[in-house]
Amino acid sequence: MATTSGTTHPTGPTGEADDPPKPRMTRRQRARLSRGIQYAVLVIVVAVIAFRADWGNLQQAFFNTEVIGRMFPRVLIVALVNTLLYTALAFVFGLLLGIVIALMRLSSVGPYRWLASAYVELFRGLPALLVLFFVAYGIPNAFPGFTLPFLVMVTVGLGLTAAAYMSETIRAGIQAVPRGQVEAARTLGMSPARTMVTIVLPQAFRIVIPPLTNEIILLTKDSSLVYVLGVTAGQVELTKFSRDMLNTTVNSTPLLIGGLLYLCITLPLSQLVRRLEIRHAKAR
Amino acid sequence: MTGTDTRSAAPAISIRGLHKSFGPVEVLKGIDLDVPGEVVCVIGPSGSGKSTLLRCVNLLETPTSGKVFVGRDEMTDPDCDLDRVRRRIGMVFQSFNLFAHLNVLRNLTIAQIKVLRRSRTEAEAIARRTLDRVGLAGRETAFPAQLSGGQQQRVAIARSLAMSPELMLFDEPTSALDPELVGEVLAVMRGLAAEGMTMMVVTHEMAFARDVADRVVFMDGGVVVEQGPPEQVIGDPQQERTRAFLSRVLNPTAVDPAEEVSATPAGAQIGSLHVEPGAVPGH
Ligand SMILES: Nc1ncnc2c1ncn2[C@@H]1O[C@H](COP(=O)(O)OP(=O)(O)OP(=O)(O)O)[C@@H](O)[C@H]1O
Ligand SMILES: [Mg+2]
Repeated sequence: MATTSGTTHPTGPTGEADDPPKPRMTRRQRARLSRGIQYAVLVIVVAVIAFRADWGNLQQAFFNTEVIGRMFPRVLIVALVNTLLYTALAFVFGLLLGIVIALMRLSSVGPYRWLASAYVELFRGLPALLVLFFVAYGIPNAFPGFTLPFLVMVTVGLGLTAAAYMSETIRAGIQAVPRGQVEAARTLGMSPARTMVTIVLPQAFRIVIPPLTNEIILLTKDSSLVYVLGVTAGQVELTKFSRDMLNTTVNSTPLLIGGLLYLCITLPLSQLVRRLEIRHAKAR
Repeated sequence: MTGTDTRSAAPAISIRGLHKSFGPVEVLKGIDLDVPGEVVCVIGPSGSGKSTLLRCVNLLETPTSGKVFVGRDEMTDPDCDLDRVRRRIGMVFQSFNLFAHLNVLRNLTIAQIKVLRRSRTEAEAIARRTLDRVGLAGRETAFPAQLSGGQQQRVAIARSLAMSPELMLFDEPTSALDPELVGEVLAVMRGLAAEGMTMMVVTHEMAFARDVADRVVFMDGGVVVEQGPPEQVIGDPQQERTRAFLSRVLNPTAVDPAEEVSATPAGAQIGSLHVEPGAVPGH
C-alpha cells in the first residue's frame, strides 16, 4: 500500500527500499487532480451552453405548456396504449413463431432445418420497414380482394422480423440446457416431445428471459414503423401521434413528450434485464 | 440373493453380440452378457466401454449391431416402444442430472404423473415414502443446487425408485462425490441390493463390488475379459489383464490375491478400498 509519508530519501531503481521510485505526486494526489480537471471541463461546457442558449426560446420550442395541454390525454389513452398493444401483439406472435423455428432448426428432419435457416437469414437480412410494406401492400397485390385486418397486419408485419431474432435466442437457450437433463428425462420414459415441453423449454426460457426482454425493447421502438400501414386517428402510436402534433402545432414539444414516454417503457425494461442477468449469474 | 432364482425364465437383461462404434472407433467389440435377477458390478479401466455398455442397455446409445433384451422385450427391435420399456429401467448417472428447475418433490413426481399417469396425490405419497427410504425426508422443497452431491445422488436414486422399476442401472454413481459423501450413497445402494433389486452397477468401488455383487464383470478394450463371483474375479482373477488392473486400482498397497475375500465383514468398509490386514505391499 503506497503511503503519503513524507520520506524524501532518493531511491534509484535499485534502491533497497521496498517503495518504487517516488513520483512527484502520490497516486492519490494524481487521481484527485485528474478528477478535478474532468469536473472543471464539464462545468465549463455546461456553463457555455447555458449562457449561449436562448432559454425562453427553448422552453417555447420544447416545453410549451399550451401544446402539452393539447396532447393530453390522447397521447396516453390512444398513442401510448397503441404502442404497448402493437409491441405486445408482435412479441407474442414473434415468440410463438420463434419457438417453432427454433425447434425446426434443431429438428432431425433436414428440410425443416434448411427452411428454418433460410427464414432466419432472410428476415434478419431485411429491414423491418420493408417487411411491413410487404405485408401491407405485397399481400393484397398478390391476392386481390384479400385484405388483412389492421391488427393482423401489425402483428405479422412486426412479428415476422422479431421471430427471426427470437428463434436464434431460443435455439441458443435450448442448446444451453445440459444434455444430461434430456437423458434423465428419456430414461424415465418421457417421449422426446414431453421432454422438450416439461424439461428442456422451461430451463431454456430461464436462460433466454434477459435477451428476450431486450427484444421487447427493440420491438417497442420498431412499433413506430406501423405508420406505413396508414393509420386512422384511433390507431396512431406514439411516434405518429407526436409527429402529427409537431406538424399541427409547429412546435417540438410533442417530440419531447413522445420520447419521454418511450423511455418510460424501455428504461424499466432494461433495468429488469440487468437485474435478471445479475440473478442469473448468481444462480450459476 | 442367489444367482439362479425362480422368478422368471427370461433374465432381467440379456445382451447378445453387442457392437458399438463411434465413427471409426469401435468401443464395444462383441459383448455377450446375462444379468439374471441379481447385482452385477462392471469394473474395468477408463475408456474400456463400461458406460457405453450400460447406456446400450436402455438404448441411450444405439448399438451398431447385436441385440439387447430387457425381460422379454427386445430393445434393439426397431418396433420396440422404448419409452414403455424405459419406465421399468431406473438409471442413475455419475453427474446426478436432477431437473435443475424443479424442487426435490417435483423431481420425484413429474415422471410419475406425466409418464405413469399417477394422480398427483398418489405420486406425492410415493415420492415422500421414497425420499424417506433414501434418508431425505423433509427436503421436499429444496432445489437440487441447494443440496450436497451425496444428497443429490440420493434424490436421483429416489427419482428412479419412485417409478417402481424392475431393475436399476448405475453409472459410477459415486465418482463425482467428495470422499466423505460416498458412504451415504453406497449405503442406499446396499439397502436396495439387500431388498433384492436387480442392479447393474458400473463402479470403481472395489469394496462395494466385493461385498454387494453377486457377479463381477471385468471389461477391457471393449470386451468382457472375465466374469464370475467377486471372490473369484476380484479375489483370485484368472486373467492377466484383470490382475494388472486390480493391482493398479488397489495400489499402492496391493491385495494378496490368494487371500480369502469373503471373510470380510459385510458393510465394514463402506466407501473405501478395503485393504486386507495381512496384505503385502509391493506384491
Ligand atoms: N458419444 C461418444 N462419441 C465418441 N466417442 C465416445 C462417445 N462416448 C464414448 N466414447 C468413447 O468410447 C470409449 C469408451 O467410453 P466409455 O465412456 O464407455 O468408457 P468407460 O469405461 O465408461 O470409462 P470411464 O471409466 O472413464 O467412465 C472412450 O474412448 C470414449 O472416448
Ligand atoms: Mg464411464
